[in-house]
Amino acid sequence: MAMLEVQDLHVAFPRGKAGEVEALRGVNLTLERGERLGVVGESGAGKSMLAFAILNLIAEPGRVSQGRIMFHGENLLDLSERDIRGIRGNRISMIFQDPMVTLNPVLTIGTQMMETLKAHRKISETEARRLCIAKLKEVAIPSAESRLDAYPHELSGGLRQRVVIAIALLTDPELIIADEPTTALDVTIQAEIMALILKLCRENDVALILITHDLGVVAEVTQRIMIMYAGLCVEAGPTREIIDNPAHPYTAGLLRALPQFAGRGTKLYQIPGAMPPITALPPGCAYHPRCERATEICKQKIPPFEGGAACYHPLTAHATETEATS
Amino acid sequence: MSQPIVETKGLELRFPLPTHFLSREKPVLHALNGVDVAIRPGESFCVVGESGCGKTTLGRAIMGLLTPSAGEIDFEGRRIDTMGEAERKPIRAEMQMVFQNPYASLNPRRNVFETLAEPIRHLMPEKSSREVRAQVEAVLDATGCDQSWQRRLPHEFSGGQRQRIAIARALVTNPAFIVADEPISALDVSIQAQILNLLNDLQAERGLTYLFITHDLSVVEHFGTRVAVMYLGRIMELAEAETIFRAPKHPYTQLLLDAIPKLEGGSFDNPRKPGELPDPVNPPPGCPFAPRCHMAEAICRQDRPELRQVSDGTLAACHFAE
Repeated sequence: MAMLEVQDLHVAFPRGKAGEVEALRGVNLTLERGERLGVVGESGAGKSMLAFAILNLIAEPGRVSQGRIMFHGENLLDLSERDIRGIRGNRISMIFQDPMVTLNPVLTIGTQMMETLKAHRKISETEARRLCIAKLKEVAIPSAESRLDAYPHELSGGLRQRVVIAIALLTDPELIIADEPTTALDVTIQAEIMALILKLCRENDVALILITHDLGVVAEVTQRIMIMYAGLCVEAGPTREIIDNPAHPYTAGLLRALPQFAGRGTKLYQIPGAMPPITALPPGCAYHPRCERATEICKQKIPPFEGGAACYHPLTAHATETEATS
Repeated sequence: MSQPIVETKGLELRFPLPTHFLSREKPVLHALNGVDVAIRPGESFCVVGESGCGKTTLGRAIMGLLTPSAGEIDFEGRRIDTMGEAERKPIRAEMQMVFQNPYASLNPRRNVFETLAEPIRHLMPEKSSREVRAQVEAVLDATGCDQSWQRRLPHEFSGGQRQRIAIARALVTNPAFIVADEPISALDVSIQAQILNLLNDLQAERGLTYLFITHDLSVVEHFGTRVAVMYLGRIMELAEAETIFRAPKHPYTQLLLDAIPKLEGGSFDNPRKPGELPDPVNPPPGCPFAPRCHMAEAICRQDRPELRQVSDGTLAACHFAE
């Protein structure tokens, strides 16, 4: 049994008097223990929505309208708020984009770390303090003891994000969901933070769902990728295979549009148009208005997910791939 | 070599910081510490560096949005930083800027026509309203915007469309020189290529000169003619774009290149310890990069290396660069 299995997940938001729009339109994914999955897409594709749904954090008036989220065979959507708290922040941790927003500016680092520990463990003050210092050392924060009494504004952006990672690791989670963890940071700091996340995941056998728009980061860190477009997974499979031989025209377009792929002075490949908002999706495949390979059928029916991609005219087929499973 | 279109000589910019009322210290942030650049007509001069290195400050100082504390700025051979507002006005039409975030740089209550007409009315008051309209229509065509956008407001557009409008606004007075401050970093990946291609096409059509400020070296590799790498208000390396990727001379440039995530993978397996930017209010003596540098020796902590000619026509500020 897989550690995490998301089946046919739909998230809907009310719109107008009786209507609803779907931000996720049936997403499947499977994650094994210790596996690192990258979720890639443009803003509005539904990648953060997926993360929030897994942790049962979809804010009113949005709701999970269909589907199951099986964590060790237990549907997280059936759990009471009390029971989900035993999992969220404990067995599944989350790292968000901006550490300045994630951390409470008026509490010291130590207070915030101990709070997390005490919420999930029966633990003495001294023991909690010892554990916090150990975790800060694990994420390579210099003079960890004195940092416990520091406030977030006293730390640099890179140090702050390391504190956030330390908090995420405090309870020894089985899965970390990281939503654009380095987008707010400089490239040099990004390299350091991503290398740290990669190392910690490998050493502690922690699974990772890395949400990002940066294909380079995904290629460096993950074993499998899932590409999202307009609330659906359009392609999934082993990272190397997808980057070398993308099947979906959208994935291929994203890769070809990277400046690395164009010679100097040549024109960059560009995908025409922009992703439609979920309130105005075209019929059929949501990508067809931008797609060079689109034919009549693409405009009428949503392509089923087969051979690693949801496309009637894939560029290549990934052998024996079902959606986001390996 | 032809005369540079924009040149800075010993440009310095200091921001006084708030003082504590009991303290006699007057802390000062040195955002630019003697920057010399000579931007040639028709090139894409890129400035790269981490946040806080002074790259945006440089762009804003050249545009006249910040007043230099020392040094001078020339445009086509004329000194502009000491000019009065009336004298400078016609030059402002020649120098325009595109900002990072098109959600913040466009006035939400002004329709596209008003946004685009404003610079002409302000900088070229002699134009009749018919000429203004003609110029707005021409620039919309040139930037791939639809004429029907004229009466619409910024909130009706996507990020990529807004950035097109911002570029149109910068071009409407037919400038020769454009400062583009991270013009694509707020945009989605599939849109970034569209905007980069647009900037490239406009340069080819109009012979524009760009000062392109970015943190993304892969964009520089594709787009740049020459690159200045900045660190703590100083230029550490200045080279042809092709050269800098093939043969970086300064260890800081090397650090930046190593940090780029690559599709082939492998960059994060043995990361180099990048260290953190030192406090810019109290920069270290000697080379500002020495505390983070893997090759730093005693001399680096005492003497600050000057920017000097090394091989491949590159300038580098490092004692050990060859």
